[in-house]
Amino acid sequence: MSINFRLAWRNLWRQPRRTWLTAGAMIFSNMLIVFMISVQFGMYRTMIDNTLRSFSGHIQVQAPGFNDDQKMRQIVPDVAQLAAQLRTELQLDSVSARAIGFALVSSAERSAPAQVIGVEPETEPLVSSMPGLVSKGSYLVDRNAAEVVIGSVLARNLKVDIGDELTLLGNGPDGSFAAAVPVITGIIDSGIPDIDRALVQVPLGFFQDTFSMGTDGHSVVILAPEFTAIEQYRQRTSAILADRDDLVVLDWDPLNPGLKEALLADFVSAWLMYGVLIVLVAFSVLNTQLMSVLERTKEFGIIMSLGLTPGRLGRLVILEAALMGLLGLVLGVMLGGLVAWYFSIYGFSLPGMENIASRYNVPSRLYADVSLLSLLLGPSIVFVATLMASLYPALRLHWLKPVDAMRAV
Amino acid sequence: MRILLITARLAWRNLWRNHRRTVIMLSAITLGVWAMIAMTAMIRGMVDGMILDSIETLPGHVQIRHPGYSDDPSIEKTVAEPSGALLQALEGPEVVAWTTRVRAVAVVTSERDSRGVSLLGVIPDGERALSFIADDIVEGRFLESPDDPGIVLGRKLVERLETKLGRRVVVMSQDPDNELADRGFRIVGIFKSKLSAYEDGFVFAGQATVQKMLRIPGRVTEIAVLGDNYRDVGGLTGLLGNAVPADAEVLPWFELDKYLGSMLPMMDGFVLVWIVVVFLALSFGLVNTLVMAVFERVREIGLMLALGMKPAMIMSQVIIESLLLLVIGLLIGDLLAWLTMQWLADGLDLSIVADGLDRFGMSTTLVPALQARDVVMANVTVLILGFLASLSPAWRASRYNPIEAITKV
Repeated sequence: MSINFRLAWRNLWRQPRRTWLTAGAMIFSNMLIVFMISVQFGMYRTMIDNTLRSFSGHIQVQAPGFNDDQKMRQIVPDVAQLAAQLRTELQLDSVSARAIGFALVSSAERSAPAQVIGVEPETEPLVSSMPGLVSKGSYLVDRNAAEVVIGSVLARNLKVDIGDELTLLGNGPDGSFAAAVPVITGIIDSGIPDIDRALVQVPLGFFQDTFSMGTDGHSVVILAPEFTAIEQYRQRTSAILADRDDLVVLDWDPLNPGLKEALLADFVSAWLMYGVLIVLVAFSVLNTQLMSVLERTKEFGIIMSLGLTPGRLGRLVILEAALMGLLGLVLGVMLGGLVAWYFSIYGFSLPGMENIASRYNVPSRLYADVSLLSLLLGPSIVFVATLMASLYPALRLHWLKPVDAMRAV
Repeated sequence: MRILLITARLAWRNLWRNHRRTVIMLSAITLGVWAMIAMTAMIRGMVDGMILDSIETLPGHVQIRHPGYSDDPSIEKTVAEPSGALLQALEGPEVVAWTTRVRAVAVVTSERDSRGVSLLGVIPDGERALSFIADDIVEGRFLESPDDPGIVLGRKLVERLETKLGRRVVVMSQDPDNELADRGFRIVGIFKSKLSAYEDGFVFAGQATVQKMLRIPGRVTEIAVLGDNYRDVGGLTGLLGNAVPADAEVLPWFELDKYLGSMLPMMDGFVLVWIVVVFLALSFGLVNTLVMAVFERVREIGLMLALGMKPAMIMSQVIIESLLLLVIGLLIGDLLAWLTMQWLADGLDLSIVADGLDRFGMSTTLVPALQARDVVMANVTVLILGFLASLSPAWRASRYNPIEAITKV
């Protein structure tokens, strides 16, 4: 083995410029792919994280069908009590109950239709980032107070400020008329226009009184401590609620339809581009290895007539390619990792990103996410492509006739 | 001239001395060029699709609105229906189609439920020429005249309100004096849309009917105008800008929707980066091929130099060899890309990831858009960078010392 290895290594450096140029193609592609994948992973993570933390949470318990239809009568009975039960049994604080209704929200001068959400003031800050984004006034405190917090754009459109009264007009689940006049205690500025235009939150108790819902609500939101722990918490929640067929447990995918697919579509389309780069590298390797085999025809003829089998020579050619590929892999991962590492700390932004970023709920400054997967996923595929490209030159050796080969110029 | 011809012939023959290498390199160049052009056309098609889907479904290429409307989209900020100079400009040859609309936030209530929507008072004939809605009626009919008493809802909204064609709904909004304005409508039509947000969020009624309901006779909130090319709306904006009354402003689509507006320059940048990246991946192989071609001809080049061939000719011979390789690769690559475009002319079906695309505001059919500008850019970039990449091996070839070169084994 070691003699093969030494032969292959020496053969590589008979034409140092060619070897470097071929390895250079690999290093370049590997660097680029490592960097791009790290940026993509970083972007996906912030996008998922921001989206889930802004509102939906990781897991929700709802009535069957509520997620699609959002109808007021699809209730979770005794919602606060259920939230408390889950909090104890899951040993997790970040569990909060919500009720969701629809109302015409009016100030003295303006009206706007809006979705009104009843929240538990103590636990809502643990499941959602919104309470932390109050830019003026304060978040809700009392469970039953006639108070409301609204988004900054909505406040501007309604021409209201803290201390003003808002009139809510809507219908309860039984069709009864719902009306209330809460006072604005806080204004939330998330920087995301869609949220700031629509957000209206009131305390759960007040919501239940206004919309004649008794102790019912519409969902229990759970935020797992880690993204990777979601599945575990989902299973535990399902187990706790196993005997309740009036409830379903949903994880973030159905709660945010399209988010997963959007990321998947982005990842797949990016791989179309990486694929082109990888195939170009493969061509480069094929060219180099074929040339290096052809120019050694005479030498191979002599070695074969001395008794070396074509199979062993073929393995030598593949080993040469593998060594070259390894060189490209190591240097590519190192350099690409370095670049990605730099951007994982300092981040970067592109001109014109702000508008696009706010639409997808990501900050306009992107940070790369360096992990073993993001470092090795691309380069290992480049490496495999390198080996495949050297197969043809290696297999050609089987057709080589030692006598003719020795006479080759 | 004759010398150049001889050089070119030499270069051409040299190219085919090692046909395997040339074919591999040609394949790589072809693939690279194909990838540059086809991928660019896909990206262009995607952005075009997004922008067209969005701006031609409602906003139009240019809109005339009250200057305060962007900040405070309320029914107080209206403009007069076009007359005089503006009407003349709108009837001019630069305008393909135009229409006026009244847009107001409203609450639609059925017997079962209520939802917040954008109520659009439209002129049916004008809307037909400008937006999607008239062609996408799945049940019933579209509005027939500006004073049509009926209303047209999206499919999803009808589902959510648990109502159906022929039933009545109540629409509530406010007039400019903040008085409640409401009116009962019979549902005369149901539309579908490629983007689910439209189906859920927009309802259409006759403009005169809505003006009467909101008590704003003769006033509209927007005048939407369609030119012949969305990429170039500067002329149209200027023309209308001169004709509008003082209390109105003209806004091109990229200011109406900042997200879409920043999409276009972002993609232009991306296309250039993509072309350069693919070329760089190619260039390693190209330089490698040239270096090898020169290296195996060292003796021959030495002989030519000894016989009196000028170094400049050797240099131009290598450069011509490289350019020939590139030109053939470009021609085949262009042809393949063009064929691919023909094959995909009906669009690529992406409905597997429909929800994800919906999140990006994209429809499920991707029709690639091949632009002459991009093809020229790809070809010119490859030729110029290819020329630069071949300078070094060519220079090296012309600097050989004849005596050393001839005696080299």
